[in-house]
Amino acid sequence: MRAMVYRGPYKVRVEDKDVPLIEHPNDAIVRVTRAAICGSDLHLYHGMIPDTRVGATFGHEFIGVVHDVGSSVQNLKRGDRVMVPFNVYCGSCYFCARGLYSNCHNVNPNATAIGGIYGYSHSCGGYDGGQSEFVRVPFADVGPSVIPEWMDDDDALMLTDALPTGYFGAQLGDIVEGDTVVVFGAGPVGLYAARSAWLMGAGRVISIDHLDYRLEKARTFAHAETLNFNNHNDIVMQVKMATEYLGADVAIDAVGAEADGNLTQHITSAKLKLQGGSPIALNWAIDSVRKGGNVSVVGAYGPMFSAVKFGDAMNKGLTLRMNQCPVKRQWPRLFEHIRSGYLKPSDIITHRIPLDDIAEGYHMFSAKLDDCIKPVIVPAAA
Amino acid sequence: MLPYTAHKPAHTESSEQLRARIPGLGADLDPKDRPSVPKERFDPAASGAHWEFPERQKEKHPRERSIEHRQLTPVFGTTIPTKGLSGVLRRLSYARYGEGRAAHWLILIAADRIDAIESHLRSFGTANPDDPITQSGVLSERRRHGISSRFGRGRADLKHGWLDPLIILGPWLIAGVAAVKVGRMLLRRH
Repeated sequence: MRAMVYRGPYKVRVEDKDVPLIEHPNDAIVRVTRAAICGSDLHLYHGMIPDTRVGATFGHEFIGVVHDVGSSVQNLKRGDRVMVPFNVYCGSCYFCARGLYSNCHNVNPNATAIGGIYGYSHSCGGYDGGQSEFVRVPFADVGPSVIPEWMDDDDALMLTDALPTGYFGAQLGDIVEGDTVVVFGAGPVGLYAARSAWLMGAGRVISIDHLDYRLEKARTFAHAETLNFNNHNDIVMQVKMATEYLGADVAIDAVGAEADGNLTQHITSAKLKLQGGSPIALNWAIDSVRKGGNVSVVGAYGPMFSAVKFGDAMNKGLTLRMNQCPVKRQWPRLFEHIRSGYLKPSDIITHRIPLDDIAEGYHMFSAKLDDCIKPVIVPAAA
Repeated sequence: MLPYTAHKPAHTESSEQLRARIPGLGADLDPKDRPSVPKERFDPAASGAHWEFPERQKEKHPRERSIEHRQLTPVFGTTIPTKGLSGVLRRLSYARYGEGRAAHWLILIAADRIDAIESHLRSFGTANPDDPITQSGVLSERRRHGISSRFGRGRADLKHGWLDPLIILGPWLIAGVAAVKVGRMLLRRH
């Protein structure tokens, strides 16, 4: 089969690999029909996530058709059209039993601090991802779901990570009616978080980025006010002024490890890998939220330390909430919102790339060329 | 005057105005409608798992694991077993250091860089050697409007964009210089 393969920082190609095998009775093998490149895949691509091995296949956002199932699989059969959450999880450990599917203890031998994620380094369990023609899906009775007949493939694909993560980020903000919500990052997760803030009853949503084409999307897709941090010496001050010097009630970090806006932070983390991530957006969130406010973090960071302004967070009495999203918990409610017409997830897709052109897709998305917001990968066999 | 008095700032748009232009406004206002509230909900049956503890996947190769795990997890990824010097370092890191130690992660990052060099060298002995030009995707610059996407658009990342080519080509340049120096040294000896 054809599969994307990592060849070292900033280098990927497509190679022929063996079709994955059933390795556990509850495995399924899924033939991938659509995959996406996630902003967090760029952390792998840039060599920021420890134990990212040359030869690995990335991709934690994918949908497909069941090609084969293990002997204990009860809920899926060959030919089913399925969507797969980015979390690999068992459904039965201490954490899964409490709904914390992203924190599963039974799927990642390499670390206890994070659960399993498809195609996201050995630090997340050493599973190959879905930017390929076939992928092994463990715990087929737990993670994947049959895609409802009324749902189109692109919407289903966005439901495997980006939309649930943004929606989850808005929930972590504990928004109450009329709150002012500031969202750092107008990439896919930030756009969905901003859009979801309205569902929670926000009275005002401000989206912040440095890419004008993404801010335009924040205005049209997420109905947000926008600020370009590159046009201001001090973006925190801008938020303060925009909120009559109070600060926002809720701030959401939808950027994560490779935030821009502070050269020292960016170079020491994204380039020199001396921090687990560049917490520029997180620090801005801490500083621009009001005293007693909530900071929600859904941007991804590596496991190393980062220079975060905890003094300000403590002195302001902030509540910081964060996690990888337990995707499947979000699905029933998100399905309702899509059916009601409140959300159209595929509206943010900007590019479709054949799997064989994956290097182009990564370069374009990484370098933010061609007004790229969300690239979708289509295998030849799809 | 805010925030020196008790009032909340007034929004420029009323709830009615917002509702008229934003579909679904407040649909999840009630926390009961929010699927992640409360954070923890004890309901082992909700996941669809029909086991108390999963059957164990066969361990075909010795599988490295965090020392913070008391046992190998029942299911694990099997892609890319450790090999070479990078593999030695990775196994050392997992065997000796817990996840709370910076040494653990720093050794893994160092192993990643060594893995890249080992793999590049290994690829030259195959029919499919590494090619940093095609693999970096830079050939798409023209088709994807590399110049107009970057310049005149106020992008913050242009300040450090010059570093990316160094990261991509740096190891190749270092290896090339080292090869030339070694070659010259050998020639001088003969």
